[in-house]
Amino acid sequence: MSSLSRDDVAKLAALARIEMSEEELVSLASQFGMILDAVARVQEVDLDGVAPTSHPQPIQNVFREDVVHPSLTPAQALSSAPAQEEQRFRVPQILGEAE
Amino acid sequence: MTISYDEVVAKYDPVLGLEVHVELNTHSKMFCSCSTIFGGEPNTQTCPVCLALPGALPVVNATAIESTIKIGLALNCSIAPYSRFARKNYFYPDMPKNFQISQYDEPICFDGFVDVEIDTDEGPRQFRIEIERVHMEEDTGKSLHVGGATGRIHGADYSLLDYNRAGIPLVEIVTKIVPGTGKYAPEVARAYVAELRDILRGLGVSDVKMEQGSLRCDANVSLKPMGSEVLGTRSETKNVNSLRSVERAIRGEMIRHAELLDAGKKVKQETRHFQEDTGLTRSGRSKEQAEDYRYFPEPDLVPVAPDAAWIEELRAALPERPSLRRKRLKEEWNVPDKEMSAMVNADVLDIVEATVLLGADPTKARTWWLGEISRIANDKDVAVTELSITPADVAEIVALVNKGELTDKLARQVVEGVIAGEGSPAAVVAKRGIKVVNDDGALMAAIEKVCADQPETAQKVRDGHIPAAGALIGAVMKETKGQADAARVRELLLGHLGQPTS
Amino acid sequence: MITQSAAAMSEALSKSEVTSTELTQAHLDRIASVDSSVKAFLHVDAEGALAQAARIDADRSAGKKLHPLAGIPLALKDVLTQEGIPTTAGSKILQGWKPQYDSTVVSKIKDAGIVILGKTNMDEFAMGSSTENSAYGPTFNPWDLSRTPGGSSGGSAAAVSAYEAPLAIGSDTGGSIRQPAALTGIVGVRPTYGAVSRYGLIAYSSSLDQAGPFGRTVLDTALLHDVMAGHDPKDATSINADFPDVVAAARKCDVKGMKIGVIKQLQGEGYQSGVQARFDESLQVLASLGAQIVEVDCPSFEYALAAYYLIAPSECSSNLARFDAMRYGLRVGDSDGASAESVMNATRNAGFGHEVKRRIILGTYALSSGYYDAYYGSAQKIRTLIIQDYAKAFAQADVLVSPTAPTTAFKIGEKSDDPIAMYLGDVATIPVNLAGICGMSLPAGLADEDNLPVGFQIMAPAMQDARLYQVGSALEAALVSQWGGHLISKAPALGGSK
Repeated sequence: MSSLSRDDVAKLAALARIEMSEEELVSLASQFGMILDAVARVQEVDLDGVAPTSHPQPIQNVFREDVVHPSLTPAQALSSAPAQEEQRFRVPQILGEAE
Repeated sequence: MTISYDEVVAKYDPVLGLEVHVELNTHSKMFCSCSTIFGGEPNTQTCPVCLALPGALPVVNATAIESTIKIGLALNCSIAPYSRFARKNYFYPDMPKNFQISQYDEPICFDGFVDVEIDTDEGPRQFRIEIERVHMEEDTGKSLHVGGATGRIHGADYSLLDYNRAGIPLVEIVTKIVPGTGKYAPEVARAYVAELRDILRGLGVSDVKMEQGSLRCDANVSLKPMGSEVLGTRSETKNVNSLRSVERAIRGEMIRHAELLDAGKKVKQETRHFQEDTGLTRSGRSKEQAEDYRYFPEPDLVPVAPDAAWIEELRAALPERPSLRRKRLKEEWNVPDKEMSAMVNADVLDIVEATVLLGADPTKARTWWLGEISRIANDKDVAVTELSITPADVAEIVALVNKGELTDKLARQVVEGVIAGEGSPAAVVAKRGIKVVNDDGALMAAIEKVCADQPETAQKVRDGHIPAAGALIGAVMKETKGQADAARVRELLLGHLGQPTS
Repeated sequence: MITQSAAAMSEALSKSEVTSTELTQAHLDRIASVDSSVKAFLHVDAEGALAQAARIDADRSAGKKLHPLAGIPLALKDVLTQEGIPTTAGSKILQGWKPQYDSTVVSKIKDAGIVILGKTNMDEFAMGSSTENSAYGPTFNPWDLSRTPGGSSGGSAAAVSAYEAPLAIGSDTGGSIRQPAALTGIVGVRPTYGAVSRYGLIAYSSSLDQAGPFGRTVLDTALLHDVMAGHDPKDATSINADFPDVVAAARKCDVKGMKIGVIKQLQGEGYQSGVQARFDESLQVLASLGAQIVEVDCPSFEYALAAYYLIAPSECSSNLARFDAMRYGLRVGDSDGASAESVMNATRNAGFGHEVKRRIILGTYALSSGYYDAYYGSAQKIRTLIIQDYAKAFAQADVLVSPTAPTTAFKIGEKSDDPIAMYLGDVATIPVNLAGICGMSLPAGLADEDNLPVGFQIMAPAMQDARLYQVGSALEAALVSQWGGHLISKAPALGGSK
């Protein structure tokens, strides 16, 4: 029976940037085992030599011409911004460094 | 106690890895049709796709694909018959989707190489830099950090985001590890980036201006003890904005690593930031706690399978390789190695060639650009190419000197005038009234006047003391407002004073 | 008037027997009358709807040529962006968001002159099979208000089932159109993947999502399907080819000589007896109409559910990363000393419901370093096996069939504590999504034990959507003839005039 500990779930929640309550972490951890068992069934099949499918239709080479089309106006772009200043999106101080 | 660079390379063997990001010069972004024009007002070049609004979908820019393949071909890479985009998942406010569409295990180009040549103590040496992969991805938006000192992220109160640059097409070129450079690691790295830059510029796929960020270099360095096969821990240095910085950063990192290793300490696997003013690097993110990017194939984009015939068309249309071009020019112009290097290092090769193509003699063209014009550029602290004098101007000036309408000295005045914005060489000549005094009669009149003014000096010359003629010639030049041909003056003067004229 | 089919309404409009304004108003009245009980709608745009209706009426009076569906009202699942109209995807994290652009589907609907009544309720971000995961409360099944209408397109299905609209649009990632159609006694189609543009469809699982039509009849559904389908250069996964004429197929009503394949794995044990009974009877009806019934074996389908619950959460964990409080949507925790990171974490916790969080965590796990091959990687391979099984099966039959869902509509709250039980409800619909083919659910009758609707599922190969309508129309005609009317007319009255 697979399982994930509360700490395992907490690490995943951190990766997914969701700050879950203690209750939720514990509850998820307890349900996870069952869910993982259900999905782990995919490992029961002999998949040697089977290619993975990431696109259901065999479409290839879809491109667009390198032509400029009108953008949103700044007002439109910022219309749903939780906060803005000087025509830019305002966000709280960023702790981490850029890639 | 700092260890010297020579001590470092005596004990340790550097291993390099270089990652270069190139901004393509397409009209529209990588996955949407927003303009890529630099310097627009904030958030004037965004759309549902590059803002990552719910429901928006990416569509690949056809020219970006073509440019990337051209880059791969120019770098001797194999072009993948089938390649895919992948999502690189991590969270950061400048990246609207909180994943970057990039490529993972199926890059569009792979396994290439670039040959560079550097000057060593034993003469020129070739190094082959192997290319691991060339792939496509997208750039992030730009953040302005407000409230902290120096506008940097640390200590800022909040940040303001502009997504105009989000989605700009980027090509990433990654080398395989580069061993065996020894003490020339910094020069090899610099030469590699310079060669890349020249190749990319020749392809016309990017502006490749390091200072503007359209060519970015991340340098990875590790040291292993001389003779050992075990690779050391590497550090990655970002923010390397010029060729000179590439060299300095690598040299600096080699020394820093050596100091740590000598002291029995460990090198941390981390990202560091290069600081222009000190030439040193500052610690950034620790790479040991690196995010798990959870790469998976991008479901919103379909695979890229370039037509083999089309790839061959692109290959056939590739421009001449920079190194081959340099070789050809060297032979055509009969230029010694050192002068060739000087032109390459001063970045004037293109401009000299342009001047030669307009009819100027290669040696003359070279002398002007590397000599007088470079001197003026240095004085003004700008690049030669930023001065307002063009190859056409220089070609015209060389022609005027050839015709005898200008002396070298007068020509220098014309150059100054053109650079000062007074117009074309012809205009400057007219405006300033620059004219070579060719009239022997006028010259003789000036000569006689000067001899009369300086009878003792004139006598010295008559007595056979030739060097004394210099002062008289100078005086004649002054009389003629510098417009006399000094050589002709000397001829006439010596003749006048009874001395042989040759 | 509102109990007519859209086709009948269209005829009435073209004969000027009724105006679009009258038709729209009648539906708005119906919504006002019953939606407090059904709760199908999250937002009703009366003003916009009546304005569009008036425009169409003016155009019709001026003699302009109009699309057959022009002036007919429609309910839109709140998963498609509509410019300026609140779009929530059933989530708190998008509460109050007004999109800056129309999805392609909405553009096409507007171009056809269809009147959008409003946005319907759904499981949050399309994750669920009962509409109980909506952050705005559940929708109730018009057949029995103590039961769910299914999900995730429960609002759209309920709206059509309750005569609040003759047409609706939903989205189907694992069965989210077909299953609610089955549970509410109407027709729902999940088109071939790539047939309908996903530009503006708020993404749950990109390689599985498709928007699709709901109607009370097969022909109505075909008319809407025809408007929605088509290549879109803004969606790189959309198919650039000629689409089959589904409307013509819906008028065919003929299955003579067709081979109908019953999928061994999708019936029998685990299927409610009344569901199995109606399914078997429908097969007999098809046989009596001249079709040949064969059995096909699709062994990989046993693993379809597991593969789906790896692929969909993985893709969604990435698709939902953009909801980070920076550019739109909810922002919480932005007080002194807060950082962008803390605001992101707090907002995503407050804005996402439990099921969404569960799937994001599951997806993050399945994609993480060291687990990719065992989970996501393996699931993508199972997908290949499913496609191969379908290919083999379609070599033996023109269409494949199964009951749409193992049970009839279940009670609100019955499965909410048991995620696995909830997931099992999708076992018959999921294989279609994994293979990217098309599927339809149409009413097969009522289950004896509870008098609740049962759905009959038809599946066809990619781009053969017309076959769904051909077989569906034949079965429907025969059953309607048997029942003396469409199944929906047997639904209990909801109060207000019908």
